[in-house]
Amino acid sequence: MTLTKKDFLVLYDTDAEEIEEILNTARAMKDILTRSVKKVPTLRGKTVINLFYEPSTRTKFSFNLAAKRLSADVMSISKSTSSITKGESLLDTAKTMEVMGSDVVVVRHSSPGAAKFLAENISAAVLNAGDGAHSHPTQALLDMYTIREKLGRLAGLKVLIVGDIAHSRVARSNIWGLKKMGAEVSVVGPLTLIPTEIEKMGVKVYSNLDKALEGADVVNILRIQMERQESGLFPSIREYRELYGMNKERLKKAGKDLLVMHPGPMNRGIEIESSVADSSQSVITEQVKNGVAIRMALLYLLAGREIKNEDID
Amino acid sequence: MKILIKNGRTVDPKNNLDGKYDILIKDGRIEEIAEEIKIPGLTTDSSIEIINAGGRIITPGLIDMHTHLREPGYEEKETIKTGCEAAAAGGFAAVTAMPNSNPVADNPAVVEHLKLKSTRSAVKVYSVGSITKKSEGKTLAEIGTLAKAGVKALSDDGQPVMNSEIMRRAMEYARAFDLPILSHCEDLNLSGDGVMGEGYYSTLFGLTPIPKASEEVMVARDIILAEMTRIHLHICHMSTEGSLSLVRDARKRGVNVTCEVTPHHLILTDKAVKDYNTDTKVNPPLRSKKDVEALKQALSEGEIDAVATDHAPHTYEDKLGEYDQAAFGISGLETAVSLIYENFIKTGLIGWNELVKLMYVNPARILRLEVEGLKAGSCADITVFNPNNSWTVEKEKLKSKGKNTPFAGFELSGKNEITIVEGKIVYDDRGGKDEILY
Repeated sequence: MTLTKKDFLVLYDTDAEEIEEILNTARAMKDILTRSVKKVPTLRGKTVINLFYEPSTRTKFSFNLAAKRLSADVMSISKSTSSITKGESLLDTAKTMEVMGSDVVVVRHSSPGAAKFLAENISAAVLNAGDGAHSHPTQALLDMYTIREKLGRLAGLKVLIVGDIAHSRVARSNIWGLKKMGAEVSVVGPLTLIPTEIEKMGVKVYSNLDKALEGADVVNILRIQMERQESGLFPSIREYRELYGMNKERLKKAGKDLLVMHPGPMNRGIEIESSVADSSQSVITEQVKNGVAIRMALLYLLAGREIKNEDID
Repeated sequence: MKILIKNGRTVDPKNNLDGKYDILIKDGRIEEIAEEIKIPGLTTDSSIEIINAGGRIITPGLIDMHTHLREPGYEEKETIKTGCEAAAAGGFAAVTAMPNSNPVADNPAVVEHLKLKSTRSAVKVYSVGSITKKSEGKTLAEIGTLAKAGVKALSDDGQPVMNSEIMRRAMEYARAFDLPILSHCEDLNLSGDGVMGEGYYSTLFGLTPIPKASEEVMVARDIILAEMTRIHLHICHMSTEGSLSLVRDARKRGVNVTCEVTPHHLILTDKAVKDYNTDTKVNPPLRSKKDVEALKQALSEGEIDAVATDHAPHTYEDKLGEYDQAAFGISGLETAVSLIYENFIKTGLIGWNELVKLMYVNPARILRLEVEGLKAGSCADITVFNPNNSWTVEKEKLKSKGKNTPFAGFELSGKNEITIVEGKIVYDDRGGKDEILY
């Protein structure tokens, strides 16, 4: 089993079977990460380029590590330290990467559709590491992996996503992925941060966090960006914390079975209280760990198509 | 040199013509229109060019009332020459140049430049002056001087006048010169950084949305101001059901308001943005199916005054790359007539009489052009359309420098065949020649 498409861009057009395959492959990868020698030769001689047009710590680091664990040659290019600042277009940068012989280009970009644009213009496999508010499939996959690992399943679970849904690729990707795997998804946040007609994506919309939390199995708390307040989308950080912040009281009321997630980086004390982030119900650090496994799985499935399965077993 | 157009179906509601008529052209004017024109020794007379228009539709030379020619200032996107060639190929005998060139047409020098250059171009060019200096929305342009220079209307297209007080004064002042205001209705605060119409698809694609309210709020404002100042307000490229209903209500109250719609807003929905094709990025943005259906119905019921292209050519690079960074605009001159034929005439929603009203009679009325249509003695501006010439829209074949059409690959069943301006054939596609001649 491999992925059928050249690229991996969006969960919207990935079917449940493929998601299942990725999650299963990630489990094998996670095993590697628990060994004393955390490296396999699977992608030796393959080249992975990380093309990051947006600042990123954990995603970039995670992709880097994933590629290295699989013995691929990996190069990272960031906006601030490259020709991109000289006005070189995305297309030209990518073409340069291509002729240098990359097998997989991992791209993070602020424009929705940027990964797709790249995919259409280069022959290397493109792995979307986040394009604007559109899609961030590896994050959703690692979230799903973590949920399944902790709760044993995805189908039938009630997952609540909290915060700035409008500007969130994490929210969209989670909705697509979780729905495909049979989970129920709800979103909650200030109504100015809930995008138009999101109900048509098959989710329930709430504006009251306490109501939305009733019966939830998982709560995924999104980072709130300060600039949203400056552009008038909500009145103040203080009010946001009060209405949509995940705190001890809310956690207690929701019960001890609620799984708490956050894609990071967290604004501690704003959308999530430290006591919640560091509680036993929080799987935030687990998410980070699983992120490496998920990215290894995808790099393997994209770059290692002709390599036999036994190499990783 | 004479031209005799024979055997075509001539449609001109301005002169109550719809039927088989022959047209004889001499010295730039229509010499005669009759059911049959017989000239002794015609077949041997080399001074008469005969156009056999059997099966063709002959209309007055169509007028596009919303065109961006880009010159001066943005010659890499289009020039007066190439824009007029595109117009000729598309079946237009005249275009209306919007003032957002660089420098802006806020003074008679730019208007004169356009006038001078257009004397050497394929089709006629009418000019529009800006409402405010540099279209900055701050102080009034010299509207009286612009009127004297010959502008047919006023508009800050692309850079809407946000200050309502300035708009009020502009309307009040312009009334003395009998110039209509062509309003690009958009509240820039509501549009923000938006790049596509707000709805399910903007949510799905993660693209920053432009709400319908951004247009409708300003349509409402401009109607209120026009009612107060008793000016003729023309709403440019109307794109929503809500705007339509505002115009409808205003008309009931007797407000002098007209409106135009573009072919793309009548045919494409926001769903076309799928795959992030930057050629679908346009302002106002493509709207929901519900809006498109409402506009279509309004068009077929005669509620829309004009179809205009909002021809907005851009370079390859302007449209290359990320959707949110690409330029807004669609190159429309060469597909407009064929698209309206395909989607409205062929489907029976409107007839040729209505098309001529939408693309000739009403634009001329709105811009107060002294045109007479097809009658003896009038200027011979004529379009000959072949409804049985199927073709596929190909970017590279466009005469316009702007290849930015979302209709590339569309198969259309009819095509403009001949465009005649002042008695001269400026575009000839007989036998697939696809030639500009002037």
